[in-house]
Amino acid sequence: MATVDLKDVRKVYAGGVEAVKGVSIAIPDKALCVLVGPSGCGKSTLLRMIAGLETITGGTCAFDGKVVNAIGPTERDIAMVFQNYALYPHMKVYDNMAYGLRNRGTPKDEIERRVHETAKILELSHLLERRPRELSGGQRQRVAMGRAIVRNPKVFLFDEPLSNLDAKLRGQMRVEIKNLQRSLGVTSVYVTHDQLEAMTLADILVVMNAGQVEQLGNPLDIYEKPASTFVASFIGAPPMNLLPVTDVKFSDGTVISAPAQATTLGFRPEDADVTQRSSGDGLALDATVEGVEPVGAESFLYCAAAGQRVVVRVAGRSSHELGEKLTVTARPEKLHWFDSNGKRAG
Amino acid sequence: MTPRVVFPNKILPYLLVAPQLAITLVFFYWPASQALYQSMLREDPFGLKSQFVWFDNFKKVLSDPNYINSIEVTAIFSISTAMLSMVAALILAVMADKVVRSRNLYRTLLIWPYAVAPAIAGMLWLFLFNPSIGSLAYALRWMGIAWDPLLKGDQAMVLVVMAAAWKQISYNFLFFVAGLQAIPKALIEAAAIDGARELKRFWTIVFPLLAPTTFFLLVVNTVYAFFDTFGIIHAVTGGGPGKATETLVYKVYNDGFVNLILGDSAAQSVILMVIVIALTAVQFRYVERKVHYG
Ligand SMILES: Nc1ncnc2c1ncn2[C@@H]1O[C@H](COP(=O)(O)OP(=O)(O)OP(=O)(O)O)[C@@H](O)[C@H]1O
Ligand SMILES: [Mg+2]
Repeated sequence: MATVDLKDVRKVYAGGVEAVKGVSIAIPDKALCVLVGPSGCGKSTLLRMIAGLETITGGTCAFDGKVVNAIGPTERDIAMVFQNYALYPHMKVYDNMAYGLRNRGTPKDEIERRVHETAKILELSHLLERRPRELSGGQRQRVAMGRAIVRNPKVFLFDEPLSNLDAKLRGQMRVEIKNLQRSLGVTSVYVTHDQLEAMTLADILVVMNAGQVEQLGNPLDIYEKPASTFVASFIGAPPMNLLPVTDVKFSDGTVISAPAQATTLGFRPEDADVTQRSSGDGLALDATVEGVEPVGAESFLYCAAAGQRVVVRVAGRSSHELGEKLTVTARPEKLHWFDSNGKRAG
Repeated sequence: MTPRVVFPNKILPYLLVAPQLAITLVFFYWPASQALYQSMLREDPFGLKSQFVWFDNFKKVLSDPNYINSIEVTAIFSISTAMLSMVAALILAVMADKVVRSRNLYRTLLIWPYAVAPAIAGMLWLFLFNPSIGSLAYALRWMGIAWDPLLKGDQAMVLVVMAAAWKQISYNFLFFVAGLQAIPKALIEAAAIDGARELKRFWTIVFPLLAPTTFFLLVVNTVYAFFDTFGIIHAVTGGGPGKATETLVYKVYNDGFVNLILGDSAAQSVILMVIVIALTAVQFRYVERKVHYG
């Protein structure tokens, strides 16, 4: 239970690599903040600085308004779930969970009560006597969660905790983590490079790129109003279609009146439609179907249009065939505009 | 579980292990069986004829107070040497693990003593602690310690233990460094976040995870202290003063090659063989149970 305040946090590694270049994030109490971005953008580095595992070379990190830069991981009262879980291989599940409590001098009967309580929440009760190597990947993941929860820390930190699980289990755990975090009300920072995980979990979503924050805010706001072409192509799957403005026109044939400075036009696959003939206002692109990808409830059409590849989502099974000529349309309010630096325009 | 490898060729596998087997047969089993045979012979003083006496040599050896003394000496010597060299190596390895800059230089320097031959290592310590010319002996006397390993048995023991341990530290160090590196860093970090301070982390995480290495070194060091320290003892004390540093191996040599009582000496080496086999078996049976391999 704490607020976490990052002010212009920087990290320069010993070799001279600047991994984090001035990040400021204010996380309110009980919120779940998700850091998302491509590999190598500095997510883990930032998380490890919050944990105290890496020194902060610039800026400040504060819990509840108190700067913790100089405080080591042992005293920060945080819990972390590692990507490979980092369970103690020589200890039973029970001892893995009890370890942190013992180190803090919790009385024995209370340790026992809390470990059993937590084990029950996570359905681990029947596994307490096993060692980590006798568990499945999913069970190890739960033990790692349990080890974090049982301590009731100020802040939870997660570094890609679900990336070693299969898709189905990942979906389940995602829901479970969200519920647990809500019911425990512990401020959390969660690192992932899976945009679906990011969207579904986040109270605050932070999109990072090359050591900097590209955009920060409510996940749906970011989805609806991406601040840059980077965010537009990172959030949402399949990513937003981006086209040079000069190559597109409205369905009535007039050249699009783009906002001043806009050089790139974007629209999401789910906001586009395909018709045989243009109708009404909005964007209209002549396109040829190059590929169809049915995924069950929906299908993705890959089309060649304006010298680019454009993806369109259509509901259900698609009746379109390869090589078919059609028109890709999108309503004007669903169009996004970006300037020559990739920043949002208009 | 790794799957069992099956070779399609029936003869080739045996052919491939044949050189190793041949070496073991010629250099281990053959001499061992010779020792076994000789331990039941008694030669006349001129070495002209020998007589088969069954276990008489063993009876004689085991009732010899000098032999009992030698067992005690060996026990003290082996335990002290193994302990000292392992503890020192572990401390050095843990510290070397923390060094960030020029760590390879530190490691290289710490591995060098292993390349020194036992007799030379012994001479080194002999010179340093020689009562009349040794510089460290001078320092000890200056501190008010009556240092004279040539007359005082316990001081002679300290000297050979130090020399023998010093020689083995490098070897142990190498394995401990490798063992420490094999411990995932995330475990240490997780323990730190779990509120364990450095010393606590060492005893609750690092040390238990090093157990396979420690166990392996315990076996190796025991065997080393039993057998490989002959050169050091020979160079430093020659088993003296009196018989204060005469270990079992040294006594085998002394009785066999100096005093030429071949039957006794052979019987002793057979006993020695049995002791080491038993020790290793015990270590594997009881100590290894407490070891977790990953
Ligand atoms: N110990 C280190 N020393 C020097 N550079 C490092 C160190 N750790 C990470 N880096 C560099 O810092 C940058 C950010 O690394 P970081 O691990 O934070 O990325 P990430 O966003 O977590 O990526 P991923 O999604 O692949 O885990 C990378 O360029 C990486 O090479
Ligand atoms: Mg990472």
